[in-house]
Amino acid sequence: MSDILAELQPIFRDVLDDPALQITRQSSAATVANWDSLAHINLVSAIEQEFHIRFSLSELAELKNVGDMIDLMEQKLAAK
Amino acid sequence: MIANAGAVVLLRKQKGLRRELQNRPNLLSIRIAFLCGSTVNEVAAFLELLLLEQGIQPVFYFSDYNKYFEEAVLDTARLVEFKPDIVFVYTSSTNIQGWPLLDTSESDLNAYVVAESMRFAAIWNGLQPLGAVVVQNNFELPAQRLLGNYDAVSPTGRVRFINLLNTEFAREAAARTNLLIHDLNGVAASVGLKAFHDAGRWFSYKMLATPEGSLEVAKSAAAMVLAIYGRTKKCLVLDLDNTLWGGVIGDDGPEQIKIGRETAEAEAFTAFQEYCLQLRSRGILLAVCSKNSEEIARQGLEHPDSVLLLDHFSCFKANWEPKHENIKAIASALNIGLDSIVFVDDNPAEREIISAQLPAVAVPDVGSDVSGFIRVLEDGRYFEPVRLSREDLKRAEQYQENAQRAAFQGRFQNYDEYLESLEMSAEVAAFKPVYLDRITQLIGKTNQFNLTTRRYTRAQVEAIATDPSCISLYGKLTDKFGDNGLISVIIGRKENDILHIDLWIMSCRVLKRGMETVMLDALVAECQSQGIGEIRGYYIQTERNGLAAGHYAALGFKRSGGDDQHQVFRLDLSQGYQPQNKYIKEYVHE
Repeated sequence: MSDILAELQPIFRDVLDDPALQITRQSSAATVANWDSLAHINLVSAIEQEFHIRFSLSELAELKNVGDMIDLMEQKLAAK
Repeated sequence: MIANAGAVVLLRKQKGLRRELQNRPNLLSIRIAFLCGSTVNEVAAFLELLLLEQGIQPVFYFSDYNKYFEEAVLDTARLVEFKPDIVFVYTSSTNIQGWPLLDTSESDLNAYVVAESMRFAAIWNGLQPLGAVVVQNNFELPAQRLLGNYDAVSPTGRVRFINLLNTEFAREAAARTNLLIHDLNGVAASVGLKAFHDAGRWFSYKMLATPEGSLEVAKSAAAMVLAIYGRTKKCLVLDLDNTLWGGVIGDDGPEQIKIGRETAEAEAFTAFQEYCLQLRSRGILLAVCSKNSEEIARQGLEHPDSVLLLDHFSCFKANWEPKHENIKAIASALNIGLDSIVFVDDNPAEREIISAQLPAVAVPDVGSDVSGFIRVLEDGRYFEPVRLSREDLKRAEQYQENAQRAAFQGRFQNYDEYLESLEMSAEVAAFKPVYLDRITQLIGKTNQFNLTTRRYTRAQVEAIATDPSCISLYGKLTDKFGDNGLISVIIGRKENDILHIDLWIMSCRVLKRGMETVMLDALVAECQSQGIGEIRGYYIQTERNGLAAGHYAALGFKRSGGDDQHQVFRLDLSQGYQPQNKYIKEYVHE
């Protein structure tokens, strides 16, 4: 269980407006309710702003689930 | 609260905040159609929160992405069906198609400007039949300047072209009553172009701006929507010590206060006074609310360097009562709602008391340094007009005349004698083109003497003016102290031989002057000439219109059903009608 997952939890709950939501590394737009394309923009923007990181276009295109995002964030945060 | 939150918080909490705010009672629904030149969802989401906080629930329509032209001009069915109150043509520099080519000469340039602006004129013409207010973005300066400084000069430069197009849009807006320009260029500049544009978001989502940029656009758009509906602030209430001048006049003495040009601090207070005076000159009322003895407080405004003079204030409260009591007294003396007031005080404790006691009053956090006051007031966008009417420019004077009337009133034995002595005359007639702006403005901002609190856009008002199934009346009132201007409006709708009064409003500055009897006499005369046998009036209760509750009964209408919140009244004309006006001597009913 990574710390980043725990930190992402409240962001996903806020953005998707679901206080009971439990995301896992396997969660994706296909498995989580309300995670539509607009919510996706909000998630990416909120995460970029909260963690002061920036995803590139190619990185965004590769993301398939929350686990991918956490791995990418770990790389970026380690490089800071 | 929304207005002070940053883009980061709002992005995260948007859905939850929206759910919370939607639970508020009495939300006014406004239908806003976005014709999208880029992805506007983020701007719309912020706009919704900002409007919800002001008691407005927007209902949105989004054109397909980049189909802003097609849905306005070619394939309008879906938009027509939506029945928008406001159409927001949300375009930006990314949507300019006819950039001048690199070989464009000075003499060719104008043809490019005309061609591009004609494309937008086609949109505005296409939207005309909708009867909605059209809000058109102008163009923000581009993120790149290919020619550097010369880009603003060369006939092939994009900066030069955008500046010319924006001038052309302004010219069009002046000529088209339903077209308003949203100054995207100004918003982007105030955010800073580097912080406004985001190439990554553009390529990923076709979104024009950063979250901060979107939020600033939404704030600017929200101020415009509020202005369209007349929900702008009318009065700036000011503290004195360390707000209008430096120092505490009661302790330091009137000679020692800091005002004038001698020091940096004095200059900053002078600049703030000048700003307040500019607001007054465009129709915003000024009032003082200060903890001071009145006599000493007045001496501050008699200081030879004071820009603001006692005469500039429509109401002056300097005493030791709590400020929230004084602000209530100011609202009632000026006949305006608490929600029309902005309060500026350098003292955070006083600001907090007013926020807590009078939540309707806008209390910007101006800080304690006068050099920041103007910026904070500007950011709040409290006084945004859609247009400036002649009424606006004369308003401060009119309120002063009201104060003279009040002093005069004290000299009479009874109220009838007072009304008689005012030598009032009125003009009542069907809506005329010259008054449509003022009528729309009055409809938007009248909350107290408003029987049904229905709002109409200018386009709707214009349609009513020529609709044979409607009877519309406006009323103007003059007295020996001056012209009160256009202060009352009735909109009636005919059904068979019954006239339903959809709207009856009157400005509170002519309350208890008998103006309503003049309006009714004129309405009845018009009804009789059109063979109408009954007038039906409605009182729809709101938190604000209690003073109009007895209106129809006082005019001889009979209550006929409805519940307390929604009362129905009838006036039977089949038995004849006795004109009721007594004091308003001559009136023109055309």
